[in-house]
Amino acid sequence: MAKITFVTRDNEHITLEASSGSLMKLATQNGIKGIEGECGGVCSCATCHVHVPEEHSAKTGEASEIEKDLLELSDNVQDNSRLCCQVQITEELDGLVVHVAN
Amino acid sequence: MSTIESKDKRCVVVGASQAGVTFAFALRSEGWEGEIILLDSDTNLPYYRPPLSKAVLTGAESIDDHILKPLSLYERENISLKLGCTVKSINKADKKIILRDDSSISYDKLVLATGSRPIIPKIKNIDETPKLYTLRTAEDVKKISSALANSKQKRVVLIGGGYVGLETAASLKKLGASVTVLEKEDRVLARVTAPEMSQYFESLHTENGVNIHTNKNVNAFEVNNESTSVVCQDGSTFEADIVIIGVGVFVNKELAEAAGLEISNGIKVDSSTKTSDDSIYAIGDCTNHYNALYDRHIRLESIQNANDQAKVAAAVICGKEANYNALPWFWSDQFDVKLQMVGLYKGANEVLIRDDDGENHKFSVWYFKDDTLLAVDAVNNTKAYVMGTKFIKGGNKINKAHLVDTSVDFKPANILAKD
Repeated sequence: MAKITFVTRDNEHITLEASSGSLMKLATQNGIKGIEGECGGVCSCATCHVHVPEEHSAKTGEASEIEKDLLELSDNVQDNSRLCCQVQITEELDGLVVHVAN
Repeated sequence: MSTIESKDKRCVVVGASQAGVTFAFALRSEGWEGEIILLDSDTNLPYYRPPLSKAVLTGAESIDDHILKPLSLYERENISLKLGCTVKSINKADKKIILRDDSSISYDKLVLATGSRPIIPKIKNIDETPKLYTLRTAEDVKKISSALANSKQKRVVLIGGGYVGLETAASLKKLGASVTVLEKEDRVLARVTAPEMSQYFESLHTENGVNIHTNKNVNAFEVNNESTSVVCQDGSTFEADIVIIGVGVFVNKELAEAAGLEISNGIKVDSSTKTSDDSIYAIGDCTNHYNALYDRHIRLESIQNANDQAKVAAAVICGKEANYNALPWFWSDQFDVKLQMVGLYKGANEVLIRDDDGENHKFSVWYFKDDTLLAVDAVNNTKAYVMGTKFIKGGNKINKAHLVDTSVDFKPANILAKD
């Protein structure tokens, strides 16, 4: 089980536990505001945008090329932006904190 | 807080799929304090449909992975979800809906998100043909999967070469089926894309072992002991263990029509998603709406349209100003190819292809009406999709010579025309 915290734009901290699936699914199944996942997680829509604080970036790794391209459609893009449908949950993510971008 | 008093009001939503569910949650987050009742005749917890013809059909994912919202979220947001509940009629004079058991539910605002259903063409013996399916619901996928698992020869004939048909063909091929697609027009995807893309997808499927036949108008089924002969108008015959029909959809407009709402290729709505009745709104596949960007009325079968109209309806019902003026976008995944589409290509008089790496299935098709970019289809090329989206939204002019010249670095500064 990995404990993952989403920080919403209203600065609400919501900690959830999961062992598999994508961060996007975890967020949408728990009603995290600002994470929509309109394309269902196939990296086609850029509606699951999060910022990963530097201290956690090693856990999630870098965005792929497609992901970086697609991120350009979203507002608030930063170097630490990820589309969280592309982040798979594993034990290694335990303690991860991500900030909802929009 | 909503800008109108909603505490003692009731909003009833007919249809709990993409549009209806998105709407119900959006209405709550826009500040609606009254009741929200969401009805559907389906008994399944509402799910997300796009993976049905893709990862769910191949078995890579289950429909349980694609529930739109878990039950706990409906409870948390105080959305009353009534499944297995069929609406018989709308009484707009008394502002109530009548259910199949003749009970009624009154409403202050009614939202129709009734969607669409597969067209079942009038083909001789269609009602007597066993193992004949459509692909629209989770039930349909279960039936197809089970029929395929129980079939020795696994010969599948798909009637209709649209996106759902082609996605289904790709998925069934992965499952080891022998797949034939019969398309009535002279090319696949004839209703939805330009000849260049049709040609690409025909080759892609052919390379992957799918038999594609165009100009095939099926006019009869002959049911044999173990299989079905699919007979075309030109006399050709295809043997099938399983037949899948994917020839488009009918709008579920009957409730609206019987209630006297204005209908025109779907339920007619204005830019605020309101129908011809002030208390009734309609969203998603079932609507015919005005698109300001393309200056015409359109009907779209897409997730984007369902979600965006749902959000507009929620804002408007909460008393806010909102207009639907979204740029349509779509996607499709077939074999290992990712197609992303933005805009509507109809009306184009020039089609340009940027061939970044065509041999490796990476290119994009750009549709223009004179100097106006109308649409982009991007194959394994998210960069093109993103640029296309920005350029169409921005109304930008394109340097067409640079666009098709792959020695020019593919970035906005190079592709945009200089004033």
